Amino acid sequence: MANIQDLGIAGIRGGIDSGAFTAVEVAETFIDRVSAAKPLNAFLVETPDHALTAAKAADEAKAKGETLGKMAGVPIGMKDLFCTEGVPTTAASGILEGFVPQYESTVSANLFKNGAGMLGKLNLDQFAMGSSNETSAFGNVISPWRRNDGGNTDITPGGSSGGSAAAVAGRIAPAATGTDTGGSIRQPAAFAGITGFKPTYGRCSRWGTIAFASSLDQAGSMAHDTRDCAIMLEAMAGFDVKDSTSLDLPVPDWEAALNSDLKGKRIGIPKEYRVDNMPSEIDALWQQGIAWMKDAGATIVDVSLPHTKYALPAYYIIAPAEASSNLARYDGVRYGKRDLPDGAGLQDMYAATREAGFGDEVKRRIMIGTYVLSAGYYDAYYTQAQKVRTLISQDFDKAWEQCDLLLTPTAPSAAFGLGEKSDDPLAMYLNDVFTVPSSLAGLPAMSVPAGLDGQGLPLGLQVIGKALDEQNVFNAGLALEERAGFVAKPEQWW
Amino acid sequence: MSVDKETVQKIANLSRIAITDEECEHFVPELNQILGWVEQLSEVDCSNVEPMTAVIPNKLRLRADEVTDGDKRDKVLANAPVAEHGFFAVPKVIE
Repeated sequence: MANIQDLGIAGIRGGIDSGAFTAVEVAETFIDRVSAAKPLNAFLVETPDHALTAAKAADEAKAKGETLGKMAGVPIGMKDLFCTEGVPTTAASGILEGFVPQYESTVSANLFKNGAGMLGKLNLDQFAMGSSNETSAFGNVISPWRRNDGGNTDITPGGSSGGSAAAVAGRIAPAATGTDTGGSIRQPAAFAGITGFKPTYGRCSRWGTIAFASSLDQAGSMAHDTRDCAIMLEAMAGFDVKDSTSLDLPVPDWEAALNSDLKGKRIGIPKEYRVDNMPSEIDALWQQGIAWMKDAGATIVDVSLPHTKYALPAYYIIAPAEASSNLARYDGVRYGKRDLPDGAGLQDMYAATREAGFGDEVKRRIMIGTYVLSAGYYDAYYTQAQKVRTLISQDFDKAWEQCDLLLTPTAPSAAFGLGEKSDDPLAMYLNDVFTVPSSLAGLPAMSVPAGLDGQGLPLGLQVIGKALDEQNVFNAGLALEERAGFVAKPEQWW
Repeated sequence: MSVDKETVQKIANLSRIAITDEECEHFVPELNQILGWVEQLSEVDCSNVEPMTAVIPNKLRLRADEVTDGDKRDKVLANAPVAEHGFFAVPKVIE
């Protein structure tokens, strides 16, 4: 039997069920892993008591013969974008330092209701703005992965859910929550060799999740494999009256319907995703993915998504515009940091507080957002971007006439070294070139670990599905996973 | 369109961020690089295209006009940098 630390959600469920170990043993194993993993800087807050309490409850429920929740006895990592009652929550920003939510986000509450415990709060890019976890006010997360060149260059875990990806990849947590605005679940999942799933916009409530760009933000699951992502997403999702964009639909039993037989399914290969300067290894992996899909019984169809190249620039207008409005709430009055220079009035207090509390990338995006929404520029930038977004969404609708799912690489490169791209915001933005279009269209998508590059770093393949068709995305992900047989894991150096 | 130092200071002021001169110096080229890059959207023909308002068709729900929440003043104030007499406290606004 495998070590507890190598188990995921289904493995833990099976072991508790068969009596191979108790939930408390599981919690203790991972609590020790968390405290030994400080060099990775994945956790901002550790909450061992929370994990132990949930574990004891699971063991007691089992002893009484009660039916256990989907996540019973599974200690998870919680991205620090989810407000957790009584546990400090900062979105990795100085402006929320010391903030202790008095309420529980719907997603975390759903997970706890299903029996999950919490190991702690996970580091991320500040306000989820970033693709390398280098914008956190509390330091970079360091990936457990290293290049196979014998060097010890620190590698990015990706972002914004970098702490989540590092924790799962390093066997520090069996699963973690993520949020995805333009790729923040899928890109770090690909960089860290784990599985990440972003559902259809509206499946998971945004209530209590610190907002970045509300029309794009969507929570999802990050875990070792497709089955675990399905179990966890079932426990997170569901209608919530407190979120006006929450979908009033039942949560399907995705796990029970998992089926990797893709007979009759048509997989679209969008030609616009073949970008300039894409490493040949990524292209080779994509071709391999196509072969795996055929092997699973699917037919391959070439499709076109003609507005793909405009997705990133549209995203970098829409997301900052929404961020500039959402982040107006951090004013030093109701919560978080306050900077009150001597003799300052209210307006000066706002400006000093925001200057001191926000990091550079957050300031950049707020200012871009403010500019594109300002009088005289609104139509040229913001309205135009929302029109382009309509065209991007229509591209997908047209593709669905020819195919059921899309297969693409998740990211245009493997993980890079920390600091290698941080001086060039635009180069950093290009990381999300394959994930942003489906975010703009609100579609379900996942990243599956599919291989290693020549440096020994993981690469992922992305499956994109129709709105509300998570099931077929999971199924195609499972088909890839069974064929890729990705078992590589990072050597423990920390 | 490009921005100069003065425009960046104006945007920062609208954003209520008291950036320093030094910060302003490095934001000018960075913002220009980003704005220059998003400029390519203007080449897309969007005549007869409606701007996106909701990615997934969804109706805004109405609910009964009933009190469902409230009576938690202390919780609301718990994270305030300064709270006095059951209110958020701010520096003097009117001279």
